Amino acid sequence: MTPEQHFQAILRVGDDALVLGQRLSEWCGHGPVLEEDIALTNIALDLIGQARGAYTRAGSLEGKGRDEDQLAYFRTDREFQNVLLVERPNGHFGDTIVRQMLFDAFSLARMEWLAQQTVDLELAAVAAKAVKEVRYHWSHSSQWVVRLGDGTDESHAKVQQSLDDLWPFTGELFTSDDVDRAAAAAGLFPVLEDLHAPWVDRVKAVLDEAGLNTPENGWMQRGGKQGIHSEHLGFMLAEMQVLPRTYPDATW
Amino acid sequence: MVSTADGERVDRIWAQVRQVMDPELPFLSVEDMGMVRGIAIEEGRAVVFLTPTYSGCPATDAIAEDVAAALQAVEPEGEVRLVLTPAWTTDWLNEAAHAKMREHGIAPPEGRSADRAFLTGQGKVVPCPRCTSDRTTMVSAFGSTACKAHFTCNDCLEPFEHFKCI
Repeated sequence: MTPEQHFQAILRVGDDALVLGQRLSEWCGHGPVLEEDIALTNIALDLIGQARGAYTRAGSLEGKGRDEDQLAYFRTDREFQNVLLVERPNGHFGDTIVRQMLFDAFSLARMEWLAQQTVDLELAAVAAKAVKEVRYHWSHSSQWVVRLGDGTDESHAKVQQSLDDLWPFTGELFTSDDVDRAAAAAGLFPVLEDLHAPWVDRVKAVLDEAGLNTPENGWMQRGGKQGIHSEHLGFMLAEMQVLPRTYPDATW
Repeated sequence: MVSTADGERVDRIWAQVRQVMDPELPFLSVEDMGMVRGIAIEEGRAVVFLTPTYSGCPATDAIAEDVAAALQAVEPEGEVRLVLTPAWTTDWLNEAAHAKMREHGIAPPEGRSADRAFLTGQGKVVPCPRCTSDRTTMVSAFGSTACKAHFTCNDCLEPFEHFKCI
């Protein structure tokens, strides 16, 4: 693993968290009920906090003086390496919850692994904290999938559709490229492919309880980790970055 | 070996720092929260070791600034150093914190942090901080701040907050 690959690997963890956190924050003031409005924005805060930890570590590794804000606000969409799943638009509440459940199941396994590795102790500390938070996120999202899937005919049909729509974005989570492979060989990352079977078991148990069909693995979307994103990311970054890019020296 | 002079300096810093309150829970000090992990004199310079609670808690930055101000009131050259390992846990809240939370209508974290039963919503009893009834219902795992869940008491019907176990 080169120092550049080490930097990129940690950036990916941060980008997944930041992009999903920013997406969830769009629910602020729009939740279906007050408790959910609060829950989704709480989860957003946790994710943005995780991104801050990862970016701070990545910035110090890179050694070019970029801090968490530089990495969040002054990179273009092509420089973001998050998976495509987390940049999917929020859609309706069921879409958001299914996306969250699919990601939480992956993130929990990855964070548990990152917390145990000893190659990068600062990343391990960020991950150890994240594990505690992601357990709550998973508990929340998986319970909602059961409630919606096992709810009315309408809620069932809607989340089944959400699941079918989002499933093609799950393959990328478990497909390694050169950076992932180098990080895994160095002991910094898990072998992503190895996380797939336990992830399927974890997700399928929830889907079975919810009475939802686990989709077949067909064509899988990919490209996010290489910076090839859907059109949705650019719009999201434009909104997120406009203030610091317009007033680069602005402070509270 | 800590010299008496250093010990007195540390005591003086503690006296300042323990007065810093959490802006979101203004009846709890950073000492009650277990956020101050230690105070040391390193090569003549005072260092306060502070562990943040939640990754995204907006209060963390404010607390770090308040601790720095309290420290620098007695040690102008003093430094606040964030310590991420081991990660903060609600097990570090002291007894005073539990009592103060109950007084303010917040159910303190029950039992050890790694309680999976609570996360799955089974078998965990959170007594009502107002009437002490065990018959309570979780309304939402997420409350007004990242650290709290939202409950209702089935007996006195009061809604209340529960400080989550992490």
